[in-house]
Amino acid sequence: MAEIEALIKAFSGHGVDEKTVISILGNSQPEHRQAFRKEGGFFAEDERRFERWNDHHVKLLKHEFMRFKNAVVLWAMHPWERDARLIKEALKKGPNSNSVIVEIASTRSSDELLGARKAYHSLFEHSIEEDVASHIHGKEKKLLVALVSAYRYEGPKVKEDVAKSEAKALISAVKNAEKQNPIENDEVVRILSTRSKPHLKSVFKHYKEIAGQHFEDELDVHLILQAAVQCLITPQSYFSRVLDEAMRDGADKNTKKGLTRVLVTRADVDIRAISDDYRNHYAIPLADKIEAKAKGSYKEFLLTLMARGN
Amino acid sequence: MSTLTVPAQVPSVTEDCEQLRKAFEGWGTNEQLIISILAHRNAAQRKLIRQTYADTYGEDLLKSLDKELTNDFERVVMLWTLDPAERDAFLANEATKRWTSSNQVLMEIACTRSSKQLLEARQAYHARFKKSLEEDVGYHTNGDFRKLLLPLVTAYRYEGDEVNITLAKSEAKILHEKISNKAYNDEDLIRILATRSKAQINATLNQYKNVYGNDIDQDLEADPKDEYLDLLRATVQCLVRPEHYFEKILRLAINKQGTDEGALTRVVTTRAEVDLKVIKDEYQRRNSVPLDRAVVKDTSGDYEKMLLALLGHGDA
Repeated sequence: MAEIEALIKAFSGHGVDEKTVISILGNSQPEHRQAFRKEGGFFAEDERRFERWNDHHVKLLKHEFMRFKNAVVLWAMHPWERDARLIKEALKKGPNSNSVIVEIASTRSSDELLGARKAYHSLFEHSIEEDVASHIHGKEKKLLVALVSAYRYEGPKVKEDVAKSEAKALISAVKNAEKQNPIENDEVVRILSTRSKPHLKSVFKHYKEIAGQHFEDELDVHLILQAAVQCLITPQSYFSRVLDEAMRDGADKNTKKGLTRVLVTRADVDIRAISDDYRNHYAIPLADKIEAKAKGSYKEFLLTLMARGN
Repeated sequence: MSTLTVPAQVPSVTEDCEQLRKAFEGWGTNEQLIISILAHRNAAQRKLIRQTYADTYGEDLLKSLDKELTNDFERVVMLWTLDPAERDAFLANEATKRWTSSNQVLMEIACTRSSKQLLEARQAYHARFKKSLEEDVGYHTNGDFRKLLLPLVTAYRYEGDEVNITLAKSEAKILHEKISNKAYNDEDLIRILATRSKAQINATLNQYKNVYGNDIDQDLEADPKDEYLDLLRATVQCLVRPEHYFEKILRLAINKQGTDEGALTRVVTTRAEVDLKVIKDEYQRRNSVPLDRAVVKDTSGDYEKMLLALLGHGDA
């Protein structure tokens, strides 16, 4: 039935198409709703002969309805509190969210990251670095602790000879990947977590010239290490990738959150540049993709954030 | 507690600047005048003097000082005149350079300053050296020293008093285990010392003593020649008993054949407005002689006078 399909569609995606739900479900008679329950896939036949809400689907719906609220709350927050809370949440969620910690530590300015560290003290009575150090256990730990502790110099000055020799150190670390994962290599961690961003851009430029290929194309490089490099030197590419992954069909719960996070945290910063990068990479304007994948108030909110000042 | 003495009626900034300018005029330099002004002004006052002096005479006060003064006296006045954040940045930078390198100074700055002060030092470092402190420390240190120092200089410790006893017990256990295995450069050991709040570390070390009988200090004495172990012990001391650490530095500096003016100057100028009084008391307790008297015995001239003034000595 067209209406059941439309209703299912209203619940599938990012956010909920409230208008459709109101007009179809709100206008429905008991027999329409029964048809929805029998055919929608959100319900199961209970042994006592009634169609019962599938708990899992209720949870999913809850998340979808909350997407708008979460976006609004996150948007209104002070950027420092926002970043502190995002990091705390990522720590709670476990290793799959380590990339969020990398993202925040590496794409913020030195003062923004500092602000997040201050807010973290107030909110959670611990320092970010102590929580990251005590909650993360894998190979990424060294790099993550170092990244969140950085207070990078932000001037443009770069020493090319130092950048070149550091590129060579990276090349050597990658060559040695069998003996030691580059992400645990002290030199790699030092270079990535202490050098300024302009300096790093130069380091990776030299890397490509000497090694013949981009660092991110090296096979043995840990994903988190790749993400860190991307965040540090080409953040817009990184963000457009996160957005694309969030809107892909079948994306998991955590990946989907990337849509809200990136839009809200970058709307005041570089969303336009991210948008351009997105269109270049994925051949469709970001706004169009959001129009297609997001729904209802959530969608309108995101599009409004993007369109501000246009 | 501070040992700085500022007169009840402080002359206006303009007056101070005029007097300082007078002190530089002519053939010699009126060192006593310089001491009588600068050694009796707090950081905020000194900052204002520097600004006004530069506005009035078109030259940084430090530059004038550099032209007129020499040796130990110049260094103590220069360091004292800098504001605390710049001073820390200057000392830290010096500590990364080849001929003046000192892991100990880096650790001392990282561990005895408050989180805010360490942060301000990092900001001052950007402004003055156009680099981050951590990139220089990372580049100029290596091995176990780097493993320890990098996290120490990049820390932004929580500063509250809250302490988690359960955590203290479990981390005391980790420390004991690593130390028993002589794994002094172990990641977890360093993590605990470099990230936990000072209150938490203190609680952990108390648990350590309660459960294992020894002070962690004793257990870290395994090899007297091991420089890294020395640094580790000093790190612990700086974090929980800075006045003991500074007393020791002063004692070694003074007892040393010929005196280590560098250390003496550094401790006096960096602690005069912080806790030099406590350090003085500790010095007297430990050496049965007042610090002032030891300084008089061991130093001379204007350098001695400046130190005494900063120590809050009566008639300086």
